[in-house]
Amino acid sequence: MKTLGRSELARMVALHLPRQGFVNLGIGAPNEVGDYLPADTDVMLHSENGILNIGPRPPKGEEDWDLINAGKIPITLAKGGAFFDSNLSFAMMRGGHLDIAVLGAFQVSEKGDIANWTTGESNGAPPGVGGAVDLAVGARTIWVMMDHTTKEGGPRIVRACTFPLTAARVVSRIFTNIAIVDVTPSGLVLDAVLEGVTPAEVQAVTGAELTPARSLRRIDMTGSVAG
Amino acid sequence: MRNVVVKDATAAVAGLKDGHTVMIGGFGNAGLPLATLRAIVETGVRDLTLISNNAGTVEDDLTLLFRARMVRKIICSYPRGAKAFTDQYRKGEVELELVPQGTFIERIRAGGAGLGGFLSPVGLGTDFETGKEKITAGGREYILELPLRADFTFVKGKLADTVGNVTYNMTARNHCPAMATAAETTVVEVDRIVEAGALDPESIVTPCIFVDRVFARA
Repeated sequence: MKTLGRSELARMVALHLPRQGFVNLGIGAPNEVGDYLPADTDVMLHSENGILNIGPRPPKGEEDWDLINAGKIPITLAKGGAFFDSNLSFAMMRGGHLDIAVLGAFQVSEKGDIANWTTGESNGAPPGVGGAVDLAVGARTIWVMMDHTTKEGGPRIVRACTFPLTAARVVSRIFTNIAIVDVTPSGLVLDAVLEGVTPAEVQAVTGAELTPARSLRRIDMTGSVAG
Repeated sequence: MRNVVVKDATAAVAGLKDGHTVMIGGFGNAGLPLATLRAIVETGVRDLTLISNNAGTVEDDLTLLFRARMVRKIICSYPRGAKAFTDQYRKGEVELELVPQGTFIERIRAGGAGLGGFLSPVGLGTDFETGKEKITAGGREYILELPLRADFTFVKGKLADTVGNVTYNMTARNHCPAMATAAETTVVEVDRIVEAGALDPESIVTPCIFVDRVFARA
């Protein structure tokens, strides 16, 4: 089956963000969404270590290790940006001030439960959670971006998560490398499918029932969506 | 006039004892008081309970304390990638209390603000509610989270004045201001010390009332 590359998936998510608002991009793949925001976007990116309005990555050699994001990667501050302490940063989350958080996940359930901090099988390695739970509970809208299946081909969108939960009933939209799926009160709705992939093929690698949207959209290999 | 300047890191860590609970500021290496950590290693204290967001990586950070086998327990949110800590954790030589980051810092704030705890929705329906009291308030369920305090707090600031007011640098602020409020003795390592009155009062993030010692990184 054809799949979107990681960068194209990030671009697809970026194209769906509103033109303005306060957005947190999770550590790892979601962070790449920032690279595909239009130059004239009014979106302000938040990072839980105490910064609002993250700018472009610094040129090589101009990194300042006191100016990093939650992934501990050097960043810059955009015009109108601000620094603050961790208490205020997490007040922004729990207080419902962040419009959207884009998170990676191991599993998402048909009810919008998300499991993204541990698989529970660490072979003795210590678990780490960071701000994942606070973010999943606090941001007003939770989007997930992830591969549609595990490396072994098993489903990640499931009826009920088998991995330890990060938060229950919070995810509203799932962007994967073959589809966009909306979590609705009446179940999962298949909103868009990658070109060359059929809805039946998406259903076959999904562990919960998908209802195709009345007007199914098409995703091309660059991550643009039409229809 | 009040003067809390001490001459170096060694003087800054005086009084640290076996079994103490110690908060250490920083997110990654931003805000980490590195000269202080080196001085703690020199004291040879043992059985510390650390309260810090991370557990080091592989180099000059909290790794120093784990390598010197000074730590009995760590309370943190993200100890992944911490080699020395992980080795000891696997052998059962060090205890871990994993706390979601926002809860972690709010527990510290509560400790410094004289509160008995707070009600949070974070962790409901997950492993993070295990063993905690749940309280319904205003028709909504919450987890009761308890405060954290320490014997010593060690953080990194940018500038301090001689009376102990502190400013921070960009994202190196992170957990430092809350931690500064929540210990019996708060020690701030800074880049530079200035005379009282030389800091713009509007720029002061940690007022001197919370600060017991400051020293300038060599």
